[in-house]
Amino acid sequence: MSDPKAHERTGRDAPGRPVLEVTGLHRAYGTVRAVDDVSFSLAAGASLGIVGESGSGKTTTARIIVGLERADSGRVRINGRDRTGHRRGRNERLARAKDVQMVFQDPFLSLDPRISVATALREPLALHFPGRDHAARVAELLDQVGLGRRLAESLPRQLSGGQRQRVAIARALAVEPAVLVLDEAVAALDVSVQAQILNLLADIREQTGVGYLFITHDLGVVACVTDEVVVMREGRIVEAGPTTRVLAAPQHPYTRLLLESVPRPGWNPHHIAATRRAL
Amino acid sequence: MNTLEIQGLRLRLPRTARPVLDGVDLTVAARETVALVGESGSGKTLTSRTVLSLLPPGAVTEGTVRVAGDDVLTMTPDQLRRLRSGTAAMVFQDPRASINPLRRVGDFLTEGLRLGAGVAKAEATARAAEMLASVGLTSAALRQYPGQLSGGMLQRVMIAAALMGDPALILADEPTTALDVTTQAEVVALLGDLRERFGTGLLFVTHDLGLAAAISDRVYVMYAGRIAETGPAEALFARPRHPYTAALLASTPRLDAARGRLAAIDGQPPDLHEELTGCPFAPRCRHATDVCRETAPQQLPVPGEPAHLVSCHHSDQLEDRHQFEGSTADE
Repeated sequence: MSDPKAHERTGRDAPGRPVLEVTGLHRAYGTVRAVDDVSFSLAAGASLGIVGESGSGKTTTARIIVGLERADSGRVRINGRDRTGHRRGRNERLARAKDVQMVFQDPFLSLDPRISVATALREPLALHFPGRDHAARVAELLDQVGLGRRLAESLPRQLSGGQRQRVAIARALAVEPAVLVLDEAVAALDVSVQAQILNLLADIREQTGVGYLFITHDLGVVACVTDEVVVMREGRIVEAGPTTRVLAAPQHPYTRLLLESVPRPGWNPHHIAATRRAL
Repeated sequence: MNTLEIQGLRLRLPRTARPVLDGVDLTVAARETVALVGESGSGKTLTSRTVLSLLPPGAVTEGTVRVAGDDVLTMTPDQLRRLRSGTAAMVFQDPRASINPLRRVGDFLTEGLRLGAGVAKAEATARAAEMLASVGLTSAALRQYPGQLSGGMLQRVMIAAALMGDPALILADEPTTALDVTTQAEVVALLGDLRERFGTGLLFVTHDLGLAAAISDRVYVMYAGRIAETGPAEALFARPRHPYTAALLASTPRLDAARGRLAAIDGQPPDLHEELTGCPFAPRCRHATDVCRETAPQQLPVPGEPAHLVSCHHSDQLEDRHQFEGSTADE
C-alpha cells in the first residue's frame, strides 16, 4: 500500500471539480420512461449512491454512463468531455473505457471461466498500454485488492465469490479510470465478505482518488460508503443530497418509506405495506 | 408437541472430510416464527431441505427430524409424498425459478391436491381461489401465467401454493431475498398474518440478521454446520454471546452506524474438505485460545437466560457487547 505511483494518481484530479456530469438524461422503452430527466454530478474522488427499487431506472442510468445503453436525450460528460454519443471507432471506445469502468453484481457471471486471474488483468493493460511490461502492474493490482500473488494463475472456478469480486475490481482499476460504476457490486456477497469488500473499496478510493458511482438497493451500504445520494423511483429522481442529511431527515415520502422498510427490531411490516399502497 | 423437532442431525456427503451438518438441534412450535441465520455454506439451506427429506445424492444422515411427531428420515416414499403435499411446505427464494412459466397459476396451485390427494378439480380450484384471497390476490390470477405477475405477486402465489395442503409447518428459504425492500415488508406481513390465522409454525431461513431480528421469536445462528448460538431474537441481538454472532452484527452495514470502516471478519469459513478439530470459528476468532483449537465447545445456557444457548469456550468474555472489539463500528 506504500505505492508511490498511487500518490501521483491521487493528484491527477483537483478535488471538488465534477468528474462526471449527467444532465437531463432520458430513455424510454415503448411507453415506459425508464430514465426520466435525470441529472446529477460526481466530484473527483467522491462517492455517490443511486438508490432505488427494481424499475427505478438506476441500472439503466448506470448503463448509459458506461456506454452499454444509449440515451434518447441528455448528456453525459466525463472529465469535461462529452461521452453521450454512440462510439464507433476503436479509439473512442478505448478513451471511454479509460474514463469509466464498471463492476457488476455477480462475479460468477462477469469473469470468463477459461481465463486466469493474471490474464484477465493483462488483457485491458495490453489494450490500453501496448508495449509496456505488465507483470509489475498485475502484481501491484493483485496487492491493491488484497489477493495473494499465488492466485495469479487461478481460474475463476477456483476462487470464492469474494475473491472473484476482488478480481473484477482489479480488472476495472487496471486502466486507472476516473470513475468506477459499481452496480450492486456487493449485493451477492455474504455479510462478512461484503464488509471486507466495502473496506477495500474505501481504501482504494483513498489511495487512487477514483470516484465511485454506487448503484444499490441497500440503504445500509449507502450509509456506509457514499458522500451523496440520489433516490430514484420510476425513472425520476425524487430526492438528492448529502447522504447523512437524506438518511437522517428524508424529505420525500418515498425516501421515508425506503428507510422504514429496512428490517430492524420493532419493525412494523403492516404499516410499511399500508404506506406503500397509499403512496 | 413441537411442529418441528430436529435432534442431533448429522449429515455427511461423499468425498468430504467433515459432516456438512454436525449435531444440529432445532425446534419450531406451533404459531412460532424461528429464523435460521447463516452465511453461504453454513448448512442452513441443507437443514431446511432435510425437513422435507430433499437430500443431495449420497447423503448419509444420523439423528431425528420430526415433523408433527413423525420422523422424516425413516419415512417411506408414500409417507414422504404426503408430508410434502400436506404437513410441511416450502417457499423458495426465487419464485420465478420454482414455477413452470408455461402453465397457468391455477394449474400450478391445484396440481398437488388433484394428483397427490385425488381431490376433484372444482373443489381444488375453489380452495386455490380461497388461498389466493388469503394472500391478497383475486381469483383472476388463476387464469394468468407467471410472466404476467410481478415478483412480489408471484411470491404470494408461492405462499398460496404452500398453504394449499393446510400445512403445520412452512419452511421459507430466503423468501424475500429476490424482492425489493418495500415488497419484502409486504410478504413478511403476510406470513405473520397467516401464522395467526392458520397456526402454522414458520422456519425462516435467511442470511439477513436485521430481518431475522425483525420478524422472529427465536433465532438460530449456524456456522460450519453447527449451531453457534440460539435464543430469543431480542436477547441474541442485544447481547450476543458467540463471537461469530457479534462479528456478524458488527460487519453488517447499518443505517444508524457511523460512516467508515466496517468490522469485517477476516478469513473464510472452513472448507468441507478439511477436517475440523475444536471450534470451527477459532481460526477467525479474536478470543480463540488453545482450548478452542483442541476441543469443540459444548452448547450451554447463558447464566440467567435458560433459553439462550451458546457454543463457545469464552462466551463469558462477551458479556457486554461493547467490550467486544469487533463491534466498534456500531458505537
